[in-house]
Amino acid sequence: MRPKLGKALDARARFSYNPPIQIPLVRTGAQMFKKILIANRGEIACRVIKTARKMGIKTVAVYSDADKDALHVDMADEAVHIGAPPAAESYLIIDKIIDACKKTGAEAVHPGYGFLSERAAFAEALKANGITFIGPNVGAIEAMGDKIESKKFANAAKVSTVPGFLGVIETPEEAVKIADGIGYPVILKASAGGGGKGMRIAHSREEVAEGFARAKSEAKSSFGDDRVFVEKFIVNPRHIEIQVLGDKHGNVIYLGERECSIQRRNQKVIEEAPSPLLDEATRKKMGEQAVALAKAVNYDSAGTVEFVAGQDKSFYFLEMNTRLQVEHPVTELITGIDLVEQMIRVAAGEPLAIKQEDVKLNGWAIESRIYAEDPTRNFLPSTGRLVKYRPPAEGRWDSITVRNDTGVFEGGEISIYYDPMIAKLVTHAGDRLVAIDAQARALDAFVIDGIRHNIPFLSSLMQHPRWRSGNLSTGFIAEEYPNGFAPLVAQGAVALRMAAVAAYVDNVYNQRKRRISNQMKQQKPVKFHDERTVALGRVQYQIELDESEGALLVRFVEGGQTHRLETDWIPGQPVWNGLIDGEGHSVQIRDIPNGFLISHAGVTVEARTFTRREAEIYNLMPEKKPADTSKSLLCPMPGLVKAIYVELGQELKAGDPLAMVEAMKMENVLRAERDVTVRTIKCKEGDSLAVDAVIMEFV
Amino acid sequence: MKHILEILDERRQAARLGGGQRRIDAQHKRGKLTARERIELLLDHGSFEEFDMFVQHRCVDFGMDQGEKIPGDGVVVGWGTINGRVVYVFAKDFTVLGGSLSETHAQKITKIQDMALRNRAPIIGLFDAGGARIQEGVAALGGYGEVFQRNVLASGVIPQISVIMGPCAGGDVYSPAMTDFIFMVKDTSYMFVTGPDVVKTVTNETVTAEELGGASVHATKSSIADKAYDNDLQALLQMRRLIDFLPASNTDEVPEWPTFDDCDRYDMSLNTIIPDNPNKPYDMKELITKVVDEGDFFEIQEAHAKNIVVGFGRLDGRTVGIVGNQPMVLAGVLDSDASRKAARFVRFCDAFNIPIVTFVDVPGFLPGTAQEYGGLIKHGAKLLFAYAEATVPKVTVITRKAFGGAYDVMASKHLRGDINYAWPTAQIAVMGAKGAVEIIFRQEMGDPEKIAERTKEYEDRFLSPFVAAERGYIDEVIQPFGTRKRVARALAMLRHKKLENPWKKHDNIPL
Repeated sequence: MRPKLGKALDARARFSYNPPIQIPLVRTGAQMFKKILIANRGEIACRVIKTARKMGIKTVAVYSDADKDALHVDMADEAVHIGAPPAAESYLIIDKIIDACKKTGAEAVHPGYGFLSERAAFAEALKANGITFIGPNVGAIEAMGDKIESKKFANAAKVSTVPGFLGVIETPEEAVKIADGIGYPVILKASAGGGGKGMRIAHSREEVAEGFARAKSEAKSSFGDDRVFVEKFIVNPRHIEIQVLGDKHGNVIYLGERECSIQRRNQKVIEEAPSPLLDEATRKKMGEQAVALAKAVNYDSAGTVEFVAGQDKSFYFLEMNTRLQVEHPVTELITGIDLVEQMIRVAAGEPLAIKQEDVKLNGWAIESRIYAEDPTRNFLPSTGRLVKYRPPAEGRWDSITVRNDTGVFEGGEISIYYDPMIAKLVTHAGDRLVAIDAQARALDAFVIDGIRHNIPFLSSLMQHPRWRSGNLSTGFIAEEYPNGFAPLVAQGAVALRMAAVAAYVDNVYNQRKRRISNQMKQQKPVKFHDERTVALGRVQYQIELDESEGALLVRFVEGGQTHRLETDWIPGQPVWNGLIDGEGHSVQIRDIPNGFLISHAGVTVEARTFTRREAEIYNLMPEKKPADTSKSLLCPMPGLVKAIYVELGQELKAGDPLAMVEAMKMENVLRAERDVTVRTIKCKEGDSLAVDAVIMEFV
Repeated sequence: MKHILEILDERRQAARLGGGQRRIDAQHKRGKLTARERIELLLDHGSFEEFDMFVQHRCVDFGMDQGEKIPGDGVVVGWGTINGRVVYVFAKDFTVLGGSLSETHAQKITKIQDMALRNRAPIIGLFDAGGARIQEGVAALGGYGEVFQRNVLASGVIPQISVIMGPCAGGDVYSPAMTDFIFMVKDTSYMFVTGPDVVKTVTNETVTAEELGGASVHATKSSIADKAYDNDLQALLQMRRLIDFLPASNTDEVPEWPTFDDCDRYDMSLNTIIPDNPNKPYDMKELITKVVDEGDFFEIQEAHAKNIVVGFGRLDGRTVGIVGNQPMVLAGVLDSDASRKAARFVRFCDAFNIPIVTFVDVPGFLPGTAQEYGGLIKHGAKLLFAYAEATVPKVTVITRKAFGGAYDVMASKHLRGDINYAWPTAQIAVMGAKGAVEIIFRQEMGDPEKIAERTKEYEDRFLSPFVAAERGYIDEVIQPFGTRKRVARALAMLRHKKLENPWKKHDNIPL
């Protein structure tokens, strides 16, 4: 016995990613590969397999012990085990990849990003074994691999570079002199650096002199290379990069730009294409310079030329990444070009079939990186089983495209060994705000249970007026979320929608209760009130319900407004997808005792639905305070205790470091939240702790 | 005539005020509701019919004949409906003489108890009272006895539920203790035989009422309470939810409602729920919520003996009782507490025609002096006994370990399990490989290489479902993803199961 479902509001046709423009097939003498190996894991391995399959190429996956049930292994035609979970014992071992190729007869290797993708030695080793590297030639990798070398090439190719001195600087005096010439502020950088290490900003001569020595010693300790250079520091910079594509026949084109200014500690969070900053002329200028640089190193694959841009549209070359970028989907969606396919074709020797004039930028694409990290706990990584993993439906409706590049599945495991990225959610639409709204809705419909994730943070970003206005800089997150991310509170239209959906869900449950068996006969069917009170936390809304033509009308007594809700949602579904006043919305519902946990637009709140009388009583109930946990330090994530910085009886100020816990190769320093005195220490260095295990207790 | 009607109205109004506005306010101030407010929330709107509203006590001793007599005498009784289904209710009224039990007060309760039993509908008691009315002496004690006797007669015939929403001490505690379920409200309720004052005098122990018999104590340590709720409202609304799972009596069918959840629904994620490492736990509740309709699971004794999970769910819209070993806690081992908890639940289900679905991942019984001195043999036997005597449909799914005697206990084929499934990850054996090899090949213990080989041999032979399947101890080895479908189909097939135990006055379960 099953109730009739309402009419389906959105067709859930499965969607395979098809580029909107057709690229003419060029018949050449080049022989396409029959089998390729993907020397990577996670979403990018899956991404490459999809295109290879579309092209009729067989695929070989490689996997470590931790990945034996991973999605990429499942998707590939063959899979080869290559070692223990740590990447250094599996994905980073060149010989194992080459052995896997030989064993399976793979003719070429796609390296994805990260791991071996930018190691010249890897490309070289493949070549020596007669295996094609699906990426640029060794010379290009080497030329672009070193910051100073790449800048020299850039200068030679007349690419705009940040004013600075590329030579090796020996003394602080020399550094000051050079800085005087460039103009302040300047930045001191390690030549071999990356990830912010060995970097120093100096606003004056004194700061240069002082910073130079420190940058040098940091560079030495971090990279074993103490070369430091000086360049102009761009205030309020934006990160804009140009996608280039070259072949082995000397052709190079550019496929527009991506802006990746929304970063958290140098880690990109949201990317988009095109950039809201650029105009056609600047785009052309940047694109042509990127092409010039690529040509200078005979670049023959997909690559990315990164620029730092000023708010005045000035731009300066930063570095070139000689691989497929994480954020390549946004370019694919606005150009209709499958970058992986192009990489495979040019690697096989085909000339580019696309001319620069064929490249048209169409609409706007936004990508959010969904990470297994807890935004409310300072973005600490979270690991464990994906008890639920239901991404939004992919496909194209009404000129909106939703694409989700992922490497995980429901029932899979987020392990501690690799990058905590779960998925890249990409939306595309005719213009930026529509794409942002589509992204917001897709995030609302993205269900992940079992681990913590950053979707609430991404949702909050999608509503941020400054983000929506396109007024970006790489300091955006630090400026707009100076105290970290605090969960949003339900208010305004969002709160009304959540209350309305709670009333809807409650109504469905009540309808069913009316149909329970063995009800007493001598009475009318149980009357459930059409007057309901919805409590979101302690805020209450008086609501009246009415049904009309398959829709539920929810009237808010106070404001007097009526909302029309239409959906095919049924109990048990984690997402309420439907129309509210004709507009599509997704709201997540999880049952809790006497209510629902409702998530929407970055807000999660406990909703309770009552009759008026129950609500009256509810207000008499004392509020239960959550247990006081400030008396102890709990392990915020599963990990290994690397250090305990305090002793018994020690008095500490708020902010003092207490302990360091390593998880996912990240060393996380845990600090005192208030002034405390240490009473007991419950663990020692080297202990492996579960989440919420007590590390120490305070007086 | 009109005047007489008005008098009725007036008298009713007076009676409904109970102990008066001042006491009602005091009750609210403590975060508690009055008896009538509680009943109003528990039952369908407007369905409550009160009986014996005008009953008054007859005591004349110790000045009880002086002053105003309050109608109702400290308890509100009657009947109403929960989602259209009849239930009987009594609620102690703390505003009237502290809800204390007098002879007449007890008579009101027994009247309702008699009706509930005769008419085969559940009875719910809401407790918030100060014990016996001392002024009445033995008359009150007699009242208790009358209530107790009816609790016992109704046991196993109609569901009896007690909700402790205030003090409940002395003679008051034994009536709830004999009902099927006890629920409590955190911070405002407590339950004990003797209060802190007497404890202090007799044992010199200093203890607060909360420490002695608060909701959290009973829900976690003593297992007296099946669950503790945050407040009165939450508790009462959850009682409505519970009643939706329960049949009206032992001759009634389980309630049924339309489900939105497809019985053929596959859940691919179950294929990965068993970790590769046999020593790694997983959450049995994930399996349970992914199998039952819409993930709706009413857990009983959630906070006590967490190594076993019991509670109500539905399959194809009909109630089932679920029992599952919980690998997350003590590896899901059976100890005295877990055995008692599950045994009581199984017997409740059997008494009320609720089919039992058992998910097995049990490494055995917990060893040690604490357990043996604590009577593990007899406590473990309770669960064995309960499963063996149960005649309701029994469907069992072995997910991983089913070791030793615990294999037999957990609704095995040998205890008349109707359908016993095993996942391919199941290991049905006397014990784990390591322990077995150490016993069988004791003389080879010095040779680690040989032992490793023997261990592998044992694992290959016994740590799979197939040895048991070859003997017919497992009816079918099933894919984890199809568990919901298989269990739902099995229950549908067993819908008209008829099985009777030999006639007896009653059995002699090892109490």
